[in-house]
Amino acid sequence: MLRDKYQEEIDEILSRYPVRRSALIPLLYLAQREHGYITEASMTEIASLLKLTPPQVYETATFYTMLNLKQVGKFHIQVCKSLMCALVGSDTVVAWIKSKLGIGPGETTADGVFTLTLVECLAACGTGPMMQINDDYYECLTEDKFDRIVADLTATGSSALKSGPFMWPEPLAMKSERPIG
Amino acid sequence: MGQHEPILLKNMSHPGYTGSLADYERTGGYQAVKKVMGKVSPAEVTQLVIKSGLRGRGGAGFPTGVKWGFLPKDYQGLRYLCCNADESEPGTFKDRQLIERDPHQILEGIVLACYAIAAETAYIYIRGEFVLGARILEKAIGEARRAGYIGKNILGTGVTVDIWVHRGAGAYICGEETALLESLEGKRGLPRVKPPFPATHGLYNKPTVVNNVETLANLPHIINRGPEWFAAIGSPPKSTGTRIFCVSGHVKRPGNYEVPMGITFRELIYEHAGGMRSEKPLKAFIPGGASAPFLTPDHLDVKMDFESVAAAGSMLGSGGVTVMEEGTSMVWAALRLMEFFYHESCGKCSPCREGSSWLVQTMRRIVNKRGRAQDLETLTDLCKNIAGRTVCAFGDAEVAPIMSTLKHWRPEYIALIHEAEAANLLRPQPVGARG
Ligand SMILES: Cc1cc2nc3c(=O)[nH]c(=O)nc-3n(C[C@H](O)[C@H](O)[C@H](O)COP(=O)(O)O)c2cc1C
Ligand code: FES
Repeated sequence: MLRDKYQEEIDEILSRYPVRRSALIPLLYLAQREHGYITEASMTEIASLLKLTPPQVYETATFYTMLNLKQVGKFHIQVCKSLMCALVGSDTVVAWIKSKLGIGPGETTADGVFTLTLVECLAACGTGPMMQINDDYYECLTEDKFDRIVADLTATGSSALKSGPFMWPEPLAMKSERPIG
Repeated sequence: MGQHEPILLKNMSHPGYTGSLADYERTGGYQAVKKVMGKVSPAEVTQLVIKSGLRGRGGAGFPTGVKWGFLPKDYQGLRYLCCNADESEPGTFKDRQLIERDPHQILEGIVLACYAIAAETAYIYIRGEFVLGARILEKAIGEARRAGYIGKNILGTGVTVDIWVHRGAGAYICGEETALLESLEGKRGLPRVKPPFPATHGLYNKPTVVNNVETLANLPHIINRGPEWFAAIGSPPKSTGTRIFCVSGHVKRPGNYEVPMGITFRELIYEHAGGMRSEKPLKAFIPGGASAPFLTPDHLDVKMDFESVAAAGSMLGSGGVTVMEEGTSMVWAALRLMEFFYHESCGKCSPCREGSSWLVQTMRRIVNKRGRAQDLETLTDLCKNIAGRTVCAFGDAEVAPIMSTLKHWRPEYIALIHEAEAANLLRPQPVGARG
């Protein structure tokens, strides 16, 4: 149960809004963080926390692409396929993933480590091609950079190649500090 | 002209600027809050903003102070401000930089706007993917609260402004202001029928203002340096101030460039963004995000202000400028954008829900060289039956790529269809299929 484990956080979330239902998406995120996706049991629990019916929770949960109603891999790779990224090679990134990880859009590797989803514009159009993996952005992708990211994630669970606070073009003096490219 | 001093990106362009409260205060941060709280009346602040000529940077370009003035004057209940940080228009990535590099500039703008409209609570609705941005904003809110710039009784003046970050969850439509409000209320992001407008019936049915991140970030500067200073920048009287244009596509130096409104596209693309990335010349550009009709090299000398771009048949929209080089298929480009709109249609209005699916299928057919002669008529007919027939402006937006590429590059569509027809003639036909 979320309530037993996160009572304090749940109370804090509820305190931000004068109307309980506004806490719905934040609580669905909490459930997703806990289980990796949103289980039916957590939707029922959230419904009772917010005094909603389970269909009301389900209705909202099914509208938003970032809320996963099914299990995804440990690393959820989301490649932007919208026009601006496509102009600078996002289709190639999808091809690398197919050849290196053996998965196409919507698929998960047999060991459950990587899932690929194609997504629409993530507001990083000047630094494409780009992908998001779990919470982090990876931009200005090259094949070499992609390989290093996958190697880092597989070995340590995180990669220093993820983007820091965004500024593009980078001011000259900052170049070495937070690499995106 | 092109060498104008940046306003919004100024702090962050200094090496070593971290966006912390201490850094922000060192560059004059929160002076505007000190200047007005308890000294200048909310109505006067609104007047200053009207005088500056500031117009919304979220897409529609509505005059900011005028919008604030629509809130009922005698209403005693709660009012809300929502900062639109959804940044979902393809081609746009400026709010992300403002959020991650100089969060206090936005927070100060929010406090000023709340003061002007007498709102005690503001929500920053930030797109769900900006996890880093949400963390940075939350940290900044904590700093500002401890310093007394946010919270109850700000700087001892009795004014209360609380700010909360609310993350979206991956739906383009939630950038539309009424869909944003629905989403913030925990519902599906379906736009509301207007009127009533958010100014009278907004969040929780209370008077509400929705403003874009960049719009709000301008406020401290307008207060500090005066509306006359701001109104003299850019292309007065109707397009004042600077804008952060996001350049993407086939240029040498893509990125965010803050320039006074009214420079030409040529200047932005060839001087600021370094020109084309290769020998191939420019073939087309989108001047204001995915919803803005495509323009041609003939439009490079159009001035980048609201009126001039509208007169050229497009719009300045969200400030996303996407450049395409010779060799890019315009039909393919329009299809890519159409796929976006098809994916993002919220499903509330049938012309948009059904029409986007038909448009995508017809476009795919043409691009895959299976098009038919009557397809162009079908496309035009569909577009005409979607635009203007939906609850929100999404309907007008989704037809823009197809309508504008059909207008300027019709021969490309025809060539693809001819190829299809030629291939069809060679293909063995089932008995009775033709005739
Ligand atoms: C489909 C659609 C998507 C929109 N997306 C955004 C967005 O991502 N960010 C934004 O600030 N405004 C967006 N807008 C515009 C908002 O509805 C609204 O006009 C704006 O936030 C008002 O702020 P402003 O007056 O400061 O520009 C969108 C509008 C439509 C119709
Ligand atoms: S088009 Fe890929 S991030 Fe915008």
